[in-house]
Amino acid sequence: MADLLEPQDAASAVEAVADALASRTPLELTGHGSKRGYGRPVAATRQLSARMLAAVDFYEPEELVLKAGAGMPLAEVEALLGKAGQHLAFEPMDLGPLLGGPAGAGTLAGVVACSLSGPRRPFAGAARDHVLGIEAVSGRGDLLTTGSRVVKNVTGYDLPKLLTGSFGTLAFYTSLTLKTLPAPERAVTLVLEGLGDQTAIEIMTRALTSALEVSGAAHLPAGLAGYSDGASRTLLRLEGFAVSVADRQAALEKLLAGVAPCRMVEGEECKALWQAVRDVRPLIEPAASAVWRLSVAPSEGAKVMARLRQALGVSGYYDWGGGLIWVAVAPGFADAGAGPLRAALGEGHATLVRAPEAVRAAVPVFHPQSPALAALAARVKDSFDPENLLGPGRMVAGSERARG
Amino acid sequence: MVAMPQPDADVLRRRQEIAAALSRIVPGEGVITVPTALKPYESDALTAYRQTPLMVVLPETVQQVSAVLRYCHEHGVRVVPRGSGTSLSGGSLPLADAVLLGMGKFNRVLDIDYANRTVTAQPGVTNLAITRAVEGRGFYYAPDPSSQIACSIGGNVAENSGGVHCLKYGLTTNNVLGVEIVLITGEILRLGGKHLDAEGYDLLGLITGSEGLLGVVTEVTVRILSKPTTARAVLMGFASSLAAGDCVADIIASGIIPAGLEMMDGPAIKAAEDFVHAGYPLDVEALLICELDGPAVEVDYLISRVCAIAEKHGVTTVRTSNSEEERALFWAGRKAAFPAVGRISPDYYCMDGTIPRKKLPLVLERMQELSQKYGLRVANVFHAGDGNLHPLILYDANKPGELEAAEALGADILCLCVEVGGVLTGEHGVGVEKRDLMPEQFSETDLNQQLRVKCAFDAEHLLNPGKVFPVLHRCAELGRMHVHHGALPHPELPRF
Ligand SMILES: Cc1cc2nc3c(=O)[nH]c(=O)nc-3n(C[C@H](O)[C@H](O)[C@H](O)COP(=O)(O)OP(=O)(O)OC[C@H]3O[C@@H](n4cnc5c(N)ncnc54)[C@H](O)[C@@H]3O)c2cc1C
Repeated sequence: MADLLEPQDAASAVEAVADALASRTPLELTGHGSKRGYGRPVAATRQLSARMLAAVDFYEPEELVLKAGAGMPLAEVEALLGKAGQHLAFEPMDLGPLLGGPAGAGTLAGVVACSLSGPRRPFAGAARDHVLGIEAVSGRGDLLTTGSRVVKNVTGYDLPKLLTGSFGTLAFYTSLTLKTLPAPERAVTLVLEGLGDQTAIEIMTRALTSALEVSGAAHLPAGLAGYSDGASRTLLRLEGFAVSVADRQAALEKLLAGVAPCRMVEGEECKALWQAVRDVRPLIEPAASAVWRLSVAPSEGAKVMARLRQALGVSGYYDWGGGLIWVAVAPGFADAGAGPLRAALGEGHATLVRAPEAVRAAVPVFHPQSPALAALAARVKDSFDPENLLGPGRMVAGSERARG
Repeated sequence: MVAMPQPDADVLRRRQEIAAALSRIVPGEGVITVPTALKPYESDALTAYRQTPLMVVLPETVQQVSAVLRYCHEHGVRVVPRGSGTSLSGGSLPLADAVLLGMGKFNRVLDIDYANRTVTAQPGVTNLAITRAVEGRGFYYAPDPSSQIACSIGGNVAENSGGVHCLKYGLTTNNVLGVEIVLITGEILRLGGKHLDAEGYDLLGLITGSEGLLGVVTEVTVRILSKPTTARAVLMGFASSLAAGDCVADIIASGIIPAGLEMMDGPAIKAAEDFVHAGYPLDVEALLICELDGPAVEVDYLISRVCAIAEKHGVTTVRTSNSEEERALFWAGRKAAFPAVGRISPDYYCMDGTIPRKKLPLVLERMQELSQKYGLRVANVFHAGDGNLHPLILYDANKPGELEAAEALGADILCLCVEVGGVLTGEHGVGVEKRDLMPEQFSETDLNQQLRVKCAFDAEHLLNPGKVFPVLHRCAELGRMHVHHGALPHPELPRF
């Protein structure tokens, strides 16, 4: 078992990094460790966990802001906000079950570090749009304060954005300040059955380009076990004040009249449906398949999927109106199909979210960048962590070793 | 006044040679060196600061931008990027030894993609021109700085600009999907695109709001939104700013995020009303403009809720817009608040701090004291929904000492914002203006880390130097090994 450090406060987190620096011991940064399987394997024998940094500093619903220890369990955050009728509008996903763990096990740090935004992203923004401030220890052992507690802030560089989605390679978060928003009073989903992929993309586009504030647009092609066994299902979600939802629902039904058989779901069924889309539940089984996440221009979605089916026989589905594609590649393709998959992609990028460790060590898990961009990213990494002690190897191949 | 970096005498001496070389890259009228033609570029909208640039270069293609920057990098010449020059913080203030790189000729909308809800434009396109290009089809670009007829989208990205609708729709950074930037080395990079998240580190998020210090933006892809079916505004007058502030807090606490929620104090109301005759009540101490948008039923429902909340807080006048003209009129006063104040005072100085909203009463009271202490009047307009204050300090530059007093009062106000848990600037940027106040908000450690990020992009500090950061450490100095407890860690160990 790797050596595990669980600092109780920011000062001991600074000590832990300083100590690692002094002994040149690489650190794997974790929350609860539920997403250790996301990214390349980290070449570190010591883990620095935020799990003990789990207290709420303040939560002021009328100011739309929460500041909490980075290791605060996401489930607790959601419960706390829920009591005040609020939520994290970016709809953080729970990757636990996809990665073979339990549901509801992650921390705030994990959501921010892996930049996990759910189906509401096209409408409400991504994780990075809701992170207002981060306190963190850099690889130099410096305790940094970035951002603030207010939304309108352009003082200095926007380092909270840079630190969000940095997969534990730039700094160890000690506390996070997030924007909270009122949760919708009501949510309903129109489910259309039997659309082909291209038509579904067009329908989702029609809905998303209307003024109806569609807050979720996903398409599950036919044949996803447990989700669209018989016929494909296209999901369009409306949320907000009850009077508004009713009005927009009528308008959406009118807009899509005659397109396909259509029904409306709400309550628990609606919630479960979007949780499944959010957490990639349709692709959890078979567990041996590799799972990729593709980010493309929404209008290109169906074309990309068609090429992937041809090249790799993938099964998969669409979120974000076609802009986010989740696909499973059956075992047996070398490198989880990385080569053909990325060749079929065109513009956009592909990330290998689930695969055996050996595969994640062998292929670029994150999309390869142009040499100039990769060099810039390496310089940025260097500016926070000159000894390459934090999460070495997690994002970029060949960066496993601490630098000297 | 803030001091700018010492001009490099060697560069000043090489002016002719540099102009000749850059003219070969940007032929024709692309390089301006004639003093009279340089005049219009001497300042941005922070007009108290003026400086004639070494020369102005107006490239037309990304290859030219790249070649100009590469030349400047190789020859140690500083560069100041400029969009439309509407910065209120001196962000595009020229330097005596720097090329002013004007992006005005990059003025084309390149692609409108309704299916993907994006517009790709060159950086010199004005903010409003993007909305104009798509409004025929019922779309718009949400961030709406009051300067939107003039300011460029490239400048908006550099400043992460906001506007009255940012409360609900976000700032520039929340609405940009991709950029092309050119580094000082001449390298051309693309970050993001029409897809909804960029890969790797969020360099797009870092570039946005970087005030021209990290790279020159040569193309921008923004997301556009479908125009809400209905938008209506409610004007609400209160006998005190305190009551208006409480009303704002209550609206948000009740789960309503209005499209815009603005506040003006007595002096600002009077100046605006005299100027545009928007029909603002003159017998109130604070005015709220609350805009609600969405389907008509939702707007009606929310207006009734907002009005009920306002009643609870003792609102004295309420008017709801009943037509687009009336809504525009309600906004006209607010949007013209700066020029309106400009009419009642020879000069005014616009501040831009953000505070946690609940601190508003305290901050207003302390501002009143400061105003008295300095003997200068202050008119206030706020983006009340998100706590972004724009105190306008009235002064007369022709009276000896008044500019200095206005600057000192402004600095005190911004320090007050930081003291109550807010920040120095909510949307106008640090630029030259607030540069030396940065240590009020950030520790030396924090500032050094920001500077190291700068070094990753521009190791010689050639892009827009003298802005944002009070002291420029050499990058090599900042990169020094960490020394723990006074000793170099394990010097005997080989570094692997
Ligand atoms: C009357 C008035 C009202 C205003 N209202 C608002 C408001 O409501 N909200 C708000 O946020 N701001 C407001 N502003 C401030 C200003 O308009 C914004 O900051 C705007 O984004 C600046 O755009 P610009 O094109 O004029 O940029 P400039 O002033 O030319 O430059 C601003 C900064 O951006 C950099 N820059 C410009 N173009 C590029 C590029 N292509 N690549 C890299 N860097 C670049 C410059 O170096 C400089 O640091 C207002 C200004 C005025 C005068």
